[in-house]
Amino acid sequence: MSVEVVLPGFLADLAGGEKHVKVEVGDDRTLAAVFDLLAEGRPLLDRRIRDETGALRRFVNVYVDGEDVRFDQGVRTPVADGAVVQVLPSVAGG
Amino acid sequence: MTDLIAVGTRKGLFLARSDDGRRTWAVDGPHLLAQEVAAVSIDTRRDTPRLLASVLYGHWGPTVMRSDDMGASWQETEDGAIRFPEETGAALGRVWQLRPDTLERPDVVWAGCEPHSLWRSDDGGDTFALVRGLWDHPHRPTWQPGAGGGAVHTVLPDPASDRITVAMSTGGVYVSEDGGGSWTPRNKGITAQFMPDPLPEYGQCVHKVAVDASGPDRMYAQNHFGVFRTDDGGISWTSIADGLPADFGFPVVASPRTPGTAWVVPLVADMQRVPPEGRLRVHRTTDAGETWTEVGKGLPDADWTAVVRDAFCADAQDPTGIYVGTRDGCLYASADEGDTFDLVADHLPDVLAVRAATLP
Repeated sequence: MSVEVVLPGFLADLAGGEKHVKVEVGDDRTLAAVFDLLAEGRPLLDRRIRDETGALRRFVNVYVDGEDVRFDQGVRTPVADGAVVQVLPSVAGG
Repeated sequence: MTDLIAVGTRKGLFLARSDDGRRTWAVDGPHLLAQEVAAVSIDTRRDTPRLLASVLYGHWGPTVMRSDDMGASWQETEDGAIRFPEETGAALGRVWQLRPDTLERPDVVWAGCEPHSLWRSDDGGDTFALVRGLWDHPHRPTWQPGAGGGAVHTVLPDPASDRITVAMSTGGVYVSEDGGGSWTPRNKGITAQFMPDPLPEYGQCVHKVAVDASGPDRMYAQNHFGVFRTDDGGISWTSIADGLPADFGFPVVASPRTPGTAWVVPLVADMQRVPPEGRLRVHRTTDAGETWTEVGKGLPDADWTAVVRDAFCADAQDPTGIYVGTRDGCLYASADEGDTFDLVADHLPDVLAVRAATLP
């Protein structure tokens, strides 16, 4: 199955300029697995989204089909075939 | 010959260059715009001088950037120059200190980080390895974070031996005599007013430590209340705060050339982090803290700002240059050991780190 990861402009620069990245997911149908696959060949992109423990960075919000994963199961949130995973910077900055 | 000042701020890095013997400075930047640069180093040991910068993105986390063309371009290690091993379960919070080792170890660079950790690079800062001796120290779980977080913020490698001294807030001073394998606290005499026992073995909030030009056994510590000196490598410390208008502050800088000479920037207290009477001044000792003299003609009156622990440094020139960055975004430079200062830049973001070097 495949899911679509939607990246903000800053992160798209770390994905070859692609704001929409298709990821083919195997048996592990979790958000963590999506990010593991997204990270292949894109370690810098992954580091911007997750820390080295695999946790989402504090001010990075991720939505699966429009739902904030922090109110679901975090990186263990299930993803379905055709899901849209949107990564957005949260209301923060300086 | 160019003199360079690297200025890390809350929102980027600025570089000031002087080609006329530190009389005038040209400032460029911001480099790394909108990213916090809490630590910076100028590594002149390499054939091509290297800038290393601790970068903290507001959203995207911490990283280490390096530039081998004085800021024209920046690179970072894709997998992360500093990355906690998986089994630690820890994640890098911020890089607080980037310290090139000495000429004797030209590829070695040290990093002090949050959470409390020390890292060693053997490739000039491309990649760092966690110093397990300190990470596995039984005291580590009891080191508490200071207001800015819990970190190793000072790393002092000894050029003549395997001694490494670190300081942390909180935790205090720890020393390894075997290159980082084993560590012992060396805080005897340094106070901790925020603990039930004001003279604990460890746990102090030592804000900065500097090594005297006479050698590694004599060091100065600006503490969270108290200024101290050791003459035995940290085994014992004595107060040298008499003569200062306040014993609180963050940085201490020792002369790289003249034994017994050091500078501090006093603030009133932890709950009043402003200069006494609103006059930003440097205080200098030339007798290892026995006496202090207020210096700093050219520093502002009626300035209720502060200088944080790494926003104060010396260069290696003769006479020693002293550089002060303030939380209200000013950079001051002295080419006469602190007697007089000129304003190099103002209206910068708050200054977090200042380092100076002479480029070949």
